[in-house]
Amino acid sequence: MAMALRALGRRISHSDRFFSSLSEAAKPPSDGKLINLFTAINQALHIALDTDPRSYVFGEDVRFGGVFRCTTGLTDKFGRDRVFNTPLCEQGIIGFAIGLAAMGNRAIAEIQFADYIYPAFDQIVNEAAKFRYRSGNEFNCGGLTVRSPYGAVGHGGHYHSQSPESFFCHVPGLKVVIPRSPRQAKGLLLSCIRDPNPVIFFEPKLLYRLSVEEVPEDDYMLPLSEAEVIRQGSDITLIGWGAQLSILEQACDAAAKEGISCELIDLKTLIPWDKETVESSVRKTGKLLISHEAPVTGGFGAEISASIVERCFLRLEAPIARVCGLDTPFPLVYEQFYLPTMNKILDAIKATVKY
Amino acid sequence: MSRLPWYMYRKEWYTSVPDGLQRPRLTQKSNSDDLLQREVSFNCPDLLRRNLTVAELGLSPVAGRAGPRRSQGTGSSPSDRGGFLHESQTPRAVGDTGGRRGGVRALKFVGEVVLEPCRGIAVEFLSLTDRGDDPEMFGPEDPNWKFGSEPTITVETSVPFTGHKIDPPSRSVETTPSELLSFFREMSLMRRMEIAADSLYKSKLIRGFCHLYDGQEAVAIGLETSITKKDAIITAYRDHCIYLARGGTLVEAFSELMGRRAGCSKGKGGSMHFYKKDSGFFGGHGIVGAQVPLGCGLAFAQKYLKEGTVTFSLYGDGAANQGQLFEALNISALWDLPAILVCENNHYGMGTAEWRAAKSPAYYKRGDYVPGLKVDGMDVLAVKQAAKFAKEYALKNGPMILEMDTYRYHGHSMSDPGSTYRTRDEISGVRQERDPIERVRKLIFSHELATASELKDIEKEVRKEVDDAIAEAKESPMPDPSELFTNVFVKGFGVEVSRNTCMSFGADRKEVKAILP
Repeated sequence: MAMALRALGRRISHSDRFFSSLSEAAKPPSDGKLINLFTAINQALHIALDTDPRSYVFGEDVRFGGVFRCTTGLTDKFGRDRVFNTPLCEQGIIGFAIGLAAMGNRAIAEIQFADYIYPAFDQIVNEAAKFRYRSGNEFNCGGLTVRSPYGAVGHGGHYHSQSPESFFCHVPGLKVVIPRSPRQAKGLLLSCIRDPNPVIFFEPKLLYRLSVEEVPEDDYMLPLSEAEVIRQGSDITLIGWGAQLSILEQACDAAAKEGISCELIDLKTLIPWDKETVESSVRKTGKLLISHEAPVTGGFGAEISASIVERCFLRLEAPIARVCGLDTPFPLVYEQFYLPTMNKILDAIKATVKY
Repeated sequence: MSRLPWYMYRKEWYTSVPDGLQRPRLTQKSNSDDLLQREVSFNCPDLLRRNLTVAELGLSPVAGRAGPRRSQGTGSSPSDRGGFLHESQTPRAVGDTGGRRGGVRALKFVGEVVLEPCRGIAVEFLSLTDRGDDPEMFGPEDPNWKFGSEPTITVETSVPFTGHKIDPPSRSVETTPSELLSFFREMSLMRRMEIAADSLYKSKLIRGFCHLYDGQEAVAIGLETSITKKDAIITAYRDHCIYLARGGTLVEAFSELMGRRAGCSKGKGGSMHFYKKDSGFFGGHGIVGAQVPLGCGLAFAQKYLKEGTVTFSLYGDGAANQGQLFEALNISALWDLPAILVCENNHYGMGTAEWRAAKSPAYYKRGDYVPGLKVDGMDVLAVKQAAKFAKEYALKNGPMILEMDTYRYHGHSMSDPGSTYRTRDEISGVRQERDPIERVRKLIFSHELATASELKDIEKEVRKEVDDAIAEAKESPMPDPSELFTNVFVKGFGVEVSRNTCMSFGADRKEVKAILP
């Protein structure tokens, strides 16, 4: 099935691909109501708890709805036994979630801000990621899903704006998924919860209220490990994820005014990432630009860049550009200097195309 | 004792009187220039007015300031500091509001100071090398300090202390009129500052996150009263008032909140990252619970230094459930470190009530083998007593836990209204029954230390001081954009981070310059 899909992907890579990455099992959903990201995630959690009686949602302050209102109404509907607050201990939360998942439950743990995930880093990397491997498939914690808001929000400062996705991309055994909009978020989150592997689901906190889209109310899943080509283009491929995509779209529009046609790809799943889609796109355009908020050195853009160079070296017409955050701690007052803004990306597009 | 105007009662305006000459108390420190820096502060209103010139005083001034101090100003502009006194000039200043908060003046004398100050005038001479370099200048460090002719007042704390594996100290606390009035003034200042920060945040001058401390002022002030500037305090993100208590100025605090250059962390830290090295304030930490092992590390260093100092690591009831706290406790107890862990229990870990987060909300008992003391954190005298007791204990025996039963009126931060998880009745109930400032006010009235109008004057003055500080802070510019790249590493000892090296975009990226040691 996966092979057929991959072949399908290669064949139709040069034609229009909108929601072509969907498998037959999940048809493109019908139109729904206009809601924002936190409501979409809330709906996904409702559906997940509805469909699986052994799923649990917990974290700091989730019972009253959570600091971003993602978990509103869950306690009233499903009860305190399934939706509950934990004390303030991230390591404990994740360790506890791994144990719960190891007994065959779906544990949906929330880390209140991605900046606080580091106390749980050991549990995630050493326990969750390696559980299935080290027990020879006797045990697993596939039911684990860690949800966490990440990313810059305009006034977050050092500890409410970090993007730690690349730390986890370095760990075999984990999946990292980042949605870009409410519709994607609901489908991806349901896929993550039902995926039989531990998944970390980073939610761009900037988009919780800002991003509004029509989201169908039914239960639908979007496949993981499939990137989506959001815009077709021929001059340069742009890759991003999460909130950065809206910046990249603005840069695309600005570049189009200058006659540069950009192809925009949403990676969606960071590991295991869809190398084929990106490769086929780069083979079409010959140039690549990656943009993310995390610092440039060691960010996930480095992995994409190295892999694409391996695969498409002779096809590349210019060095792969990475327009990312700077190599400093996430600053407080300098946020607009630190972030990869539209102008920086536009500059880089022009420089790459004119190389 | 006859009542004097309220500003007479400022603690640091009294001198110890070794002999009948009303010789002021001096703290002496010599610096490399062979100059004796002296801190002289005194107020002996019984004496007759005598204007003594510098020469008559037997002084050779090196630097000083003549003329009346600009009253009620923040006084932190350069013109207020330094300057020379001529021999014929009289060192005198018209007393008023707290110099240490508003700013300091440099005054260095060689020789003895024999000063007979004027009645009704408080004179403050503070010595410093650089701005804020001398930790002793901000408070009375001299162990021989006496309150002059002030009477002591004995007050019983509101509730007795509860001890865990330790005998609690007595409920009776000694204090003096000037101390009580300074409590009132400083707590009002903190309260005023937090409320001003609230409105600044709402008008978007303060961005980021702002965690307000109003309601909990007694803890900051009470701690500060019993310790010196050599003792270290480390806390979490609710640090504005602790910064003030440690000697920070209002201007620096507001500038840092607004992200300006004049801020204590040069505008790069923000609300959660106030620091003051010279008075042992180690900040200001965003990640919950992370500061406690750090604090125990500070205590470890202090044990080596053998200076009789301790570290107070402040954390909240939410952080009390962090694993790293117990790791730090174990190490501190194992090695008998002079670490005092202070749990500021305001009963809500952001939105979660303490009984919902902790199996045992008796945080003072959670140390198990480490003794603990439960203190009414809204009673500044109880905090003072407990801190003194804890310091003595920690220096002899090792770590101790203090649980301060306190309350915050605001929500967790400015994004939290504070009413979704607790009722407004509860908040107003605590405000009526247990408010720390009101408690001190009642004490002042019951001992007839000041009238209501005098206290109102203090409040008005405090308000003005805060407003002035905000105005000055607003004028401070934002940090230079190049500051984005500074202090990532020590300058010269890492990859020189700059625009060229960092922004690797496009095909024409510049070379990376690496300067290695």
